[in-house]
Amino acid sequence: MQKYKRPTAVPFPADNAYTKDREFLGKTLFFDPRLSRSHSTSCASCHNPGFGWSDGLSKGIGFGMKPLGRHSPTILNTAWADLLFWDGRADSLESQALGPIASPGEMNMPLDELIKTVNAIPGYKPLFERAYPSAPINADTIARAIATFERTVVSTQAPFDKWIKGDESAISSDAKRGFDLFNGKAHCSQCHSGWNFTDNGFHDIGVRSDDRGRGAKLPLDSMQFAFKTPTLRNADLRAPFMHDGSEENLESIVAFYDRGGDENRPSLAPEMAPLHLSANEKQDLVEFLKALTSRDNPVEIPLLPR
Amino acid sequence: MIKRLFLPLSLFAYAALPVLAADHEIVQSDRAFSKQEISIKAGDQIVFKNDDEVTHNVYSATAGMSFDLKRQAPGASSTVPFPKEGTAEVQCSIHPKMKLLVHVTK
Repeated sequence: MQKYKRPTAVPFPADNAYTKDREFLGKTLFFDPRLSRSHSTSCASCHNPGFGWSDGLSKGIGFGMKPLGRHSPTILNTAWADLLFWDGRADSLESQALGPIASPGEMNMPLDELIKTVNAIPGYKPLFERAYPSAPINADTIARAIATFERTVVSTQAPFDKWIKGDESAISSDAKRGFDLFNGKAHCSQCHSGWNFTDNGFHDIGVRSDDRGRGAKLPLDSMQFAFKTPTLRNADLRAPFMHDGSEENLESIVAFYDRGGDENRPSLAPEMAPLHLSANEKQDLVEFLKALTSRDNPVEIPLLPR
Repeated sequence: MIKRLFLPLSLFAYAALPVLAADHEIVQSDRAFSKQEISIKAGDQIVFKNDDEVTHNVYSATAGMSFDLKRQAPGASSTVPFPKEGTAEVQCSIHPKMKLLVHVTK
């Protein structure tokens, strides 16, 4: 049970330490749609606290209301992530933050215009001065502030955590059986490991899709069609699931794993195989997954500076 | 009677015998390498052993020292020679937190 113990502190990098001012500035930027060319899309549009920091869609909506190529991942618990994006192409939250902003298909705001836009809003000057004294308002400080805020987006205690601490009444007996299946017959824990239920790794789990995922960035056989293992915490708040949003809900995703995925190709992770779960066992797994959801406080939307 | 001449072993210490390349072992367990850094001599080999419960894929993309062990199932072992000097950044592609620096010197 030790391996499921939640950490007591959030890690912040030495070159971007936490301060309340950095968190406040980062949150303000995160919710500010003026960081997009259309002035209508903020980070929070696709990473919406109301949908577990995803957007409730199979695939996100980008510039010009065009659907994007992949499902919006949650930012929950990304303070502990190693690589970011479904294909792991960013090695820090700081480098990830500017990606969607500058991407023509997403917020479509080239970085030089972003810097001009933020500098032209007088209300941002004191916020930046408090967060990064004597530093210019530029791509670096914008990204660092957003990353600082993102690191504070952490799931709180779930019923599962109470049970781990010894409260036998915290979760149902269905969920307890689900936990045994999770670690045993269904062997979900091979990839969804540890307190955050992710190995932060990359696996091809056989989703029917042409998207090469990590394989397009790291051309190894094992990385073809491989995507990052997401956390399972608060999963039921952010259906649908998979890199393409192809699994509608917890029941359908358990069924996906029960059949061993949908593509038997050379890159398929050896951990994927039909599970032969009974209807009750599938339901127990779903109950267990629901026990991983914490009742976090609603997020206060910041007033945006003028 | 045949005289047998036993030459002391120390005589051979100065002979031009080839230096035997050493094998070093790096174990993968609990989604981690047993070391984060290792210093070896050019010509040595590293045996990568998967003592874990999950599959790993050890590789290096370092120019001139690259290799890909492909998938190693739990229990599998693979040997990688390091003939050239330099520092190789070794990782597991499946679990990118697993990193190992191999310093190869003469």
